[in-house]
Amino acid sequence: MGSLLSLSSTMLYSAFILYLVATFFFGFTIREKHSSSNKRSIAANIGIIVTIVGFVAQVVYFITRWVASGHAPVSNLFEFMTFFGMTIVLAFIIIYFIYRVSVLGLFALPTALIIIAYASMFPTEIAPLVPSLKSHWLYIHVTTVSLGQGILAISFVTGVIYLIKKIDQSVPSKRTTWLEVVLYSLILFVGFVIVTTIFNLMDYQATFEYTERNKAVETEYHLPAIAAPNGGQLVSENVMEPLFEAPAWMHGADAGRKFNTLLWSFISGTILYGLLRLFLRKRIGAALQPILNNSKLDLLDEITYRSVAIGFPVFTLGGLIFAAIWAQEAWGRFWGWDPKEVWALITWFFYAAFLHLRLSRGWHGEKSAWLAVGGFAIIMFNLIAVNLILAGLHSYA
Amino acid sequence: MKNIKCDCGHVNPEGTVLCESCGKPIAGNQHIDGNDQKKLLNMRYDGTARRSQTYNKTIIDKIWSFFSSVKVGVWLIVIALIASAVGTIFPQQQYIPADAISRDPAVYYPETYGIFGRVYYQLGFHNLFSSWWYLILIALIGVSLVICSLDRFVPLYRALKRQKAKRHYSFLSRQRLFSETVEVTATEKEEVIKKLKAQRYKITEENGHVLAEKGRFSRWGPYVNHIGLIIILLAALLRTTPVFYTNEYVWVSEGEQTVIPGTKSEYYIENEAFILDIYDENDERFKDAIQKQGVVPSNFQTNAIVYKAKEGALVGSDSELVKVAEDEIRMNHPLEVDGYKLYQSGYQLNEVNQMTFTIHEKDNLEGEDLGEFSIDLNDPKSEYELENGFTVSLADYFPDYYLDNTGEPKTETQYPRNPTFIFNLFPPNMEEYETSFVGDIKGAAEAIGIDTESVELSPMSKVIGKFATSLDPTGENDYQIVIKDIDFQRVSGISIRKDHSLPFFGVGALIFMIGVIQGMYWQHRRIWIQPTENGVLLAAHTNKNWFAIKKDIEKAIENTNVKMVNDQQELDE
Ligand code: HEM
Repeated sequence: MGSLLSLSSTMLYSAFILYLVATFFFGFTIREKHSSSNKRSIAANIGIIVTIVGFVAQVVYFITRWVASGHAPVSNLFEFMTFFGMTIVLAFIIIYFIYRVSVLGLFALPTALIIIAYASMFPTEIAPLVPSLKSHWLYIHVTTVSLGQGILAISFVTGVIYLIKKIDQSVPSKRTTWLEVVLYSLILFVGFVIVTTIFNLMDYQATFEYTERNKAVETEYHLPAIAAPNGGQLVSENVMEPLFEAPAWMHGADAGRKFNTLLWSFISGTILYGLLRLFLRKRIGAALQPILNNSKLDLLDEITYRSVAIGFPVFTLGGLIFAAIWAQEAWGRFWGWDPKEVWALITWFFYAAFLHLRLSRGWHGEKSAWLAVGGFAIIMFNLIAVNLILAGLHSYA
Repeated sequence: MKNIKCDCGHVNPEGTVLCESCGKPIAGNQHIDGNDQKKLLNMRYDGTARRSQTYNKTIIDKIWSFFSSVKVGVWLIVIALIASAVGTIFPQQQYIPADAISRDPAVYYPETYGIFGRVYYQLGFHNLFSSWWYLILIALIGVSLVICSLDRFVPLYRALKRQKAKRHYSFLSRQRLFSETVEVTATEKEEVIKKLKAQRYKITEENGHVLAEKGRFSRWGPYVNHIGLIIILLAALLRTTPVFYTNEYVWVSEGEQTVIPGTKSEYYIENEAFILDIYDENDERFKDAIQKQGVVPSNFQTNAIVYKAKEGALVGSDSELVKVAEDEIRMNHPLEVDGYKLYQSGYQLNEVNQMTFTIHEKDNLEGEDLGEFSIDLNDPKSEYELENGFTVSLADYFPDYYLDNTGEPKTETQYPRNPTFIFNLFPPNMEEYETSFVGDIKGAAEAIGIDTESVELSPMSKVIGKFATSLDPTGENDYQIVIKDIDFQRVSGISIRKDHSLPFFGVGALIFMIGVIQGMYWQHRRIWIQPTENGVLLAAHTNKNWFAIKKDIEKAIENTNVKMVNDQQELDE
């Protein structure tokens, strides 16, 4: 049992490294003359093979963890997000074999890497399933939604590539700013991963005590407290004193700690972004633009649309139809306006609007690309914010 | 109707942009699809005459045009999207947590979320999804769906049925994919057609004019999926009627048998046992997680028997009941009987069944008691006369006691989950009485660190009774009433659903899925090959996935002189 679990985490770790290696190989393709055409380059071939090996490693992680825990590992934030990373890789592999665009790997794999790294910052113990999750529909529903979202994520990736290539970087504009915002948000995740890892290695701990509805509650910080819980008292010794208290309207389970984590992500992400800017001496978008010299805008646009066209039905099936069937089985009501459900509906509305705008109002190219980015923002919001902030029936973490 | 006759002889309905037969742009109508501004033709609906674009005189025309506009449709969708997002900022009323300050929304939102909460409540966002304006919004989307689908489907169907292989030059040259080859031999042309056939194109030929077509059925995908959506909306309408949908809830304690609400007293449920299992904290797999999270339940279950009253029997007479179902009702495993479904929806581990009290002299609590009485919480009396002459009357009773924030004792529910009493005690032969305040066993248990939501109090009933509140509000009492024993019962919460609208939702969802897949995973591709003096014109159109149609053409013209089509796309940004 223990050995199965350690095999499982080794496999996840290997998958992570392999995706990283594959990213470099896709990176080598950008110097080749013909990288975005059908002719295959050696670097791209190695890249896709390494990606597939990584994917297989992650499948082994998934299966061994399933065997070890007795249920499909999609039941908490860590498991669910790593799985999402895996479906992004799968979607990338599929789309790669349709279009053979190797620059896609250079952006899709880092997206998956960030998500898997982010997931690993959350508790990774195997948690027992509460009765409402004990159903075959758990994995039917979650895996289908996740696959749909993974395919939709590819449209985000091509959308971002499109924008980096398309937007005129010679003068600052609203578009260059927004593109920087998108890239900066990705860097925030990296910032979060870095700080969390550092303080985890240091085994940092600070305990606060505060009262919630006349009961004394303790909360444990694993990052130095910039913001203490509202009305909280630091009980640990020899740790950093908080600079201020979280505002009073932030209550509920561990709101102070989550707020503190958010602050840390912003601070570290901003520093990281600042360092990058200093080092590159230009906007990140501008720095990335030259590597896309060989990419074709119309093909990128086509892939954006195609991945929405493929992902939308899969998402509908998993996120709305299977979800409803399960809710009917578990609670006797197929739809309950729970925040998670509502955000699935919002995602669905959003992509429906995307499709209509494109088909009937001719929103191609850059407009489509911005919409694809927006759709992914909604998906990530549903995965993270709805779980951590708008707690409802589905809140895992 | 002012029909328009094309040069090719075909008679088109008023408002046609491209001749249904040969595709020649009809002069004077090009502004309708914006073709006058562009080199390429707008092929969205093959230039057919759509009602919404043709008539705009009467009020009906205007409403029709309004709702058939995709712009309007998208706006409706976007508004619904934003409204839904706002609806998740704070919990909806039904999700106000049980341990909130107050479950009264007028109190809860301002108290918990300050000024934003107050505004949220006052604007009605706490019940957004059943508010009239949200429902109207969804209904408008439905209306828009019906109208815009009809507006487009009918003419498109007509045009695709009437299209001829032979096309006008200006139609071909203004397609996105087009090429002109001056010199092509007849065998080469045959070769191309053969290869198109091999790729499963359907070939129509008319005097050497060729149309190769594939996947036309996918054009109907959107209309099919819209029909699915309309069925779902209609099902939602049906569901608001009691004929199609009932939703009830019943609490039934262990060993008890009670009528199932919403069944016109036809069905009864008996709770044989309620079972709550938790995960073993020593389980190697889950040890770490349980240590962090605390007790994790693994199963809630009611062993239930359902009876049906015999036809014509008197309501409530046990002998006339027939057993119709027996099952373990668990989460994710409802019991089904005659179109009803029974779901395990809640439980109370520590509801009180009966409480026994003793009366003591206040300064001699350890000594012999002066009398004893028991209250059946399912049926409390207003007065209890004891054998030795004491009388106890219930001045006030709070079945589910809590102290609100003004310090008033209140009851949360009508169920005896935390029974608390104000007794008036009349000693033998006395007119004067003493008042005492007794109860709040939940408070007593929590004070000694027991989580009453997940731990059964039954084994500790004596201890808890001893610690429970017994107050003398005046400070002048001679006697004290003490809890001697508490008999707890476990109560199972079962919700009862009858939902005949489900098949309609199912059919709607299925049709929707068929429609989206049909429209998304296939594409409608057309390739025209038209003879010129010695060569051919080659043009192609697809409704999506241009990458694939180009590949099809590449394959078809391989090893021939026919020139590859140029992509004349005008990316308009
Ligand atoms: C949330 C509700 C809706 C969903 C999920 C939905 C779904 C779809 C889908 C998947 C397509 C195919 C798109 C493509 O092939 O790229 C489509 C097409 C279309 N939809 Fe909707 N739709 C919705 C509401 C509406 C509304 C309210 C209107 C009315 C204005 C509308 C009008 C259209 C039109 C005109 C088309 C194009 C049909 C064609 O080109 O043949 N839809 N819809």
